[in-house]
Amino acid sequence: MIKQKLVLIGNGMAGVRAVEEVLKINPENFEITIFGTEPYPNYNRIQLSKVLQGGTSVSDITLNEWEWYEDNKIRFYPGESVTSINTKTQSVSTDKGRIESYDQLIIATGSNPFMLPLPGADKEGVKAFRNIKDCEEMIEYSKRYKKAAVIGGGLLGLEAARGLLNLGMEVDVIHIYDYLMERQLDRTAGKLLQVELEKQGMNFILQKNTAEITGRKHVTGLKFSDGSKIKADLVVMAVGIKPNVALAQEAGIPVNRGIIVNDYLETEIPNVFAVGECAEHRGIAYGLVAPLYQQGQVLAKRLCGIRDEGYQGSVLSTQLKVSGVDVFSAGKINEDESTKVYKTYDDWNGVYKKVLIENGKIAGAVLFGDTKDGNKLFNFIKNESRIEEYLESSQSVISEVNTVADMSDDELICGCNGVTKGSIVEAIKANGLTTVDQVKGCTNASRSCGGCKSLVSDLLACTLGDQYQADQKEAICGCTTLSRDEVLAEIREKGLTHIREVMNVLEWKTDGCSKCKPALNYYLGMIDPLKYQDEKEARYVNERMHANIQKDGTYSVVPRMYGGVTTSEDLRKIADVADKYKVGMIKVTGGQRIDLLGVYKEDLPKIWAELDMPSGSAYSKGLRTVKTCVGESYCRFGTQDSIGMGIRLEKKFEGLNTPHKVKMAVSACPRNCAESGIKDVGIVGVEGAWEMYVGGNGGTHLREADLLFKFKDGDDLVEMIGAFLQYYRESAKYLERTSAWVDRLGLEHIREVLSDELMVKEFNNRINEALSVVQDPWNEAIHNKNLLRDLYQTVKI
Amino acid sequence: MIIEEELELMEKTMRSVFIGEVADLPQKLGKTVTIGNKEIAVFKTENGDIRAIENRCPHKGGVLAEGILSGDYVFCPMHDWKISITDGKVQAPDVGCVQTYPVEVKEDRVYILIHEKVGGEGNCSTPLAKGV
Repeated sequence: MIKQKLVLIGNGMAGVRAVEEVLKINPENFEITIFGTEPYPNYNRIQLSKVLQGGTSVSDITLNEWEWYEDNKIRFYPGESVTSINTKTQSVSTDKGRIESYDQLIIATGSNPFMLPLPGADKEGVKAFRNIKDCEEMIEYSKRYKKAAVIGGGLLGLEAARGLLNLGMEVDVIHIYDYLMERQLDRTAGKLLQVELEKQGMNFILQKNTAEITGRKHVTGLKFSDGSKIKADLVVMAVGIKPNVALAQEAGIPVNRGIIVNDYLETEIPNVFAVGECAEHRGIAYGLVAPLYQQGQVLAKRLCGIRDEGYQGSVLSTQLKVSGVDVFSAGKINEDESTKVYKTYDDWNGVYKKVLIENGKIAGAVLFGDTKDGNKLFNFIKNESRIEEYLESSQSVISEVNTVADMSDDELICGCNGVTKGSIVEAIKANGLTTVDQVKGCTNASRSCGGCKSLVSDLLACTLGDQYQADQKEAICGCTTLSRDEVLAEIREKGLTHIREVMNVLEWKTDGCSKCKPALNYYLGMIDPLKYQDEKEARYVNERMHANIQKDGTYSVVPRMYGGVTTSEDLRKIADVADKYKVGMIKVTGGQRIDLLGVYKEDLPKIWAELDMPSGSAYSKGLRTVKTCVGESYCRFGTQDSIGMGIRLEKKFEGLNTPHKVKMAVSACPRNCAESGIKDVGIVGVEGAWEMYVGGNGGTHLREADLLFKFKDGDDLVEMIGAFLQYYRESAKYLERTSAWVDRLGLEHIREVLSDELMVKEFNNRINEALSVVQDPWNEAIHNKNLLRDLYQTVKI
Repeated sequence: MIIEEELELMEKTMRSVFIGEVADLPQKLGKTVTIGNKEIAVFKTENGDIRAIENRCPHKGGVLAEGILSGDYVFCPMHDWKISITDGKVQAPDVGCVQTYPVEVKEDRVYILIHEKVGGEGNCSTPLAKGV
């Protein structure tokens, strides 16, 4: 079969994407030639702002490496521009004098930055923000000059401004409108954005028309139409783009704003197609990546002779990529006579949400500050769903959690590359994928802006459950090559009962270390709580001594104080002990308990005996405290007995060994004074119900807890907490906090496991078994002579 | 192996201090022993060997008697430095060393040999970090 000659003019995102799609469908059919003006392989223009911001090189944003062209036998001419098209002879000529004939021609020449025809626009120091060369020049400028002015307060202008700020320049952003990103945001959101960006150091000059760029040879500043002036050493114009149609125009291909194409991306000349920013479909020339990719798919099908309904146009959504600001918009932005609006505005938290409704159907949305509903709304807009659907979905507990599990298979995960949930799940299953990178390589999802990475990760977790990451074998420490799961399986299978035995039988390379010994001690105890003899020497000092070691070798003592409630009698005892043993400091802990600091090792047993209170386990890999708010007993907002519930939970689960520390809290109303949102298990009492949140963490990696379930009945709540803790005990790696564990397994997976009543019962049976052997360690220590001698007594000569 | 002449020489300058019976030392754990102004961590390893080292990590003065013992090494409880209890050397990637003391066991009685004069020891010269 004779191959058809396919020539692509333009090595950008749209054209190369079309070629990739062709290669997917029919790699043998074409002999492909690509001409690109820039001297690089195909790169991700969306991420140019990252290059500008520094720390990212061209190769980091390259989409297809040089080898890709070779591997696919593509003749690639980088740094070579096509100068004319002869549609009669079906050939193109280049600036290097090459003439190439074609059977099919794709024009993907993209767009040029629109440069305002201002007096002085040709001076040195006036730049566009469009390609790698522009970035490099701006980086050079930032080394020599201080002041930059960006003309244009749209998406591109703000990204350029952010980049220049990162390069250490002072940045003024000049915008003709009275608020930012007027094409994607309404006035309220635009103003909110402005406040956020001002905090980041951008300066805005709004409602100004630039009249002139001043300076002799080199730019020195801007002059506005009202006569005012500012200084600038660098001026970046980011006011828009115009489709690059000159080549097509000269060849007699019909052009309006862009090259006119039909639903199959055909121009009016046979065998000539146009795709991407240079094309105009149904009157629209698109400037965002998602539509270009959709066009690429349609074009590839057309070239390969697959007939379908063609390209139907795209609904646009925008997500700002400027750091630290969550902005989303899609569809229709501004109200008019035919629209109604659903709007919420939380001034305090800076959260704004607007949904536009046309004839009862969702037509557009603007989100600021909290964009987690973006994907859902985008799909509602595309499906022309009724507003009730969104409102209902926002109220139900399940979708408030907004997980990928709720999405239908045809919902888009990666808007940039048009990859659906269904195709990702299929790829995960068919190819045994276990990492985001593998999914990226296999499906293209998250290959462009990367905004959907967390969704892809959620999907992996949701599809694989606790297999996720478990497949990436990770030895528990350098003493062995075995992973946590392998070690646990061997312990169970071979009935191993102590640490030395595990290390011998499983051929440990050393005598163990400070990582594997405590881990093995935990796993053995978790597997058989009734028979396992805890090995003190494998425990970290705090857990061996049942007190926190301080930097000077003294210890701190935290008596148990259930639910944070104490009595005058206990306080007196604590005060007396503090005096008698001259403790260094008395402090209230973050968990609402009293800490006695600076106690000598030898004094510990005496203090415990005199306190006559149980250990607060403030050192343990186990339940620490249950923080509570005042609740219904005294608080005028409290809806539930949070103190009672806190005490009940603390009494039930105290002394339990867990993979890492576990903190709980019970609040009696959504004001959440006990900070339940950042606890491993956080309970929020609402009118007539308890909400159970899990996986929160207030530590190094701050993580908001997720709503797991809601219960009317307190007993059901306690039972579920038992099941949750036991599932964590059984499947987490030693030293893995619930926050990391929930992320690894996926909330949806955990919810599914814990939705099984039988499982919940079994988990509770096993946790109750583990709790049945719990003893108060202080009481144990002061009554066991050997322990006293081995651990607390010192020899003085 | 110490040849007899050397042993004679050492006995003149070193004092043998009784610290307790072998059975008094906890298995696989450290014990804090204070002799005069020296604080010493004494370990009884899994196979019954007894070792004595200075009770302070050269890093930030962590008390080594409370570390996790693994074979002939102890992991400092403060920042997990790994230190040999036989020669006092800090293991890579960290550097430094800890003073070691010879131990003698006679009829289940444990003795630590220390120099008569303060500061007479010489197998380690890592100064402790200031301010500890």
